[in-house]
Amino acid sequence: MIYLDHAATTPVRKEVLEAVTEAFEIFGNPSSLHAAGTKAREAVEESRETLARALRCSPEEVVFTSGGTEANNLALKGLPERGHVLVSSIEHPSVLEPAGSLEKLGFEVERIPVDRFGLVDPERVAEMIRKDTVLVSVMHANNEIGTVQPVREIGKVCRDSGVLLHVDAVQTFGKIEVDPKRMNADLVSVSSHKIYGPKGVGALFVREGVKLKPLLSGGGQERGLRSGTENVQGIVGFAKAAELAVAEMETESRRLERLRDRLISGLSEIPDSFLNGHPKKRLPNNAHFCFRFIEGESAVLMLSEEGIMVSTASACSSRKLEPSHVLRAIGLRREEAHGSVRYTLGLGNTKEQVEKAIEATERVVEKLREISPFKGKW
Amino acid sequence: MYSEKVMDHFRNPRNQGKLEDADGVGTAGNPICGDVMRFYIKVRNGKIIKTGWETFGCAAAIATSSALSEMITGKSLEEARKVTREAIAEYLGGLPPIKKHCTSLALEALKKAIKNYEEAGK
Ligand code: FES
Repeated sequence: MIYLDHAATTPVRKEVLEAVTEAFEIFGNPSSLHAAGTKAREAVEESRETLARALRCSPEEVVFTSGGTEANNLALKGLPERGHVLVSSIEHPSVLEPAGSLEKLGFEVERIPVDRFGLVDPERVAEMIRKDTVLVSVMHANNEIGTVQPVREIGKVCRDSGVLLHVDAVQTFGKIEVDPKRMNADLVSVSSHKIYGPKGVGALFVREGVKLKPLLSGGGQERGLRSGTENVQGIVGFAKAAELAVAEMETESRRLERLRDRLISGLSEIPDSFLNGHPKKRLPNNAHFCFRFIEGESAVLMLSEEGIMVSTASACSSRKLEPSHVLRAIGLRREEAHGSVRYTLGLGNTKEQVEKAIEATERVVEKLREISPFKGKW
Repeated sequence: MYSEKVMDHFRNPRNQGKLEDADGVGTAGNPICGDVMRFYIKVRNGKIIKTGWETFGCAAAIATSSALSEMITGKSLEEARKVTREAIAEYLGGLPPIKKHCTSLALEALKKAIKNYEEAGK
């Protein structure tokens, strides 16, 4: 099996599995006063420090959550005061849906448009910011098309106007530098299972001094921002995964970039195909293509039969039977969005696998085009 | 997510392709997700003796096209017209609820092909 769907999730790596297995011997409740509790508390706090080092922030600024979705929800729904909120039009549903809930609570939400590469223009953000704007939310890199945003410039705009910036860094953490301070970000979401850690754990960086309301109330864990007994094993695993990802980031990302570029050049040879997202400003592991005259779900299933695991955001594959909002936001025609396929590389992938994926894609696209009533034109 | 039958038709589509000497052709577009399907029939003495089809759509749409072509080959036009969405789904060992609409696409294309044949004969 050739797994090329690392943006969806990643396998837990050996070192992480070991750390988590060991952590299962810690059973105390971190809030208990006795020695068993203290041991659990230490494991959580050490992990917090590790994560803080990876994010170059202080441990007090790390709030553990159940994952990226909860971190994004907390960043938006946790806003203490009503006002105007700006979100990019290609955010993940875990930002767009909470933004929708804010509207019902009397917030005013506006979407920042993107260009055909999926880029947000910082100047546009500056124009859209109003006196009553309380938050701007722009993802670091898009999960579908892989475009990396100029977050630093956007952060500067926000800082100059005294507006909070939230960055969903779920796809970039461990792949490219995620430094909340340099980004001028106030809130940053990260997730464990995208970097070879366990599922069900993530974190929100909350800059010192930024006030949020909790989504969950109870025992007051995580400085009152996230009640509930800590997921000790998950947190330990996440910290281990983050530590390794950041330590290996430079070499691994360069390796992935080379594989990605080969994948892009190979797939570009397929007639009637094109790359989505920015050609340069993109995740080191993402290649996103549209193949005209075929549909994505059948392509994914046929590739899966060939042992290649990829994904699509075609209308047929979505629960709402609509093309992805990202592909629409970058201006793709409905029929073109239909044939989208995403390849996301990771640790285990090799050059040989990339070649095999290219060949398999050629075969599958050809086969589906034979079946399609559209031959070379719509 | 799909039954073994669906996957079998998807992997080895039956009667797939254009019929150059078709007596009736019908094309249907799916307003829900945007897929398109074309059905070809060859008719002798009121019976469908050969079918062909082309589909731009999901695995369920492809499997449905294949299944329907198999179900109606050798049948009279009347019998072919009576095939229901439920019958196709059943023939395929069931379809996920969200994929039920894909069967209408094939049926509509087939009905148009029959109509096209009947009108041409007039
Ligand atoms: S035809 Fe689009 S979902 Fe099946």
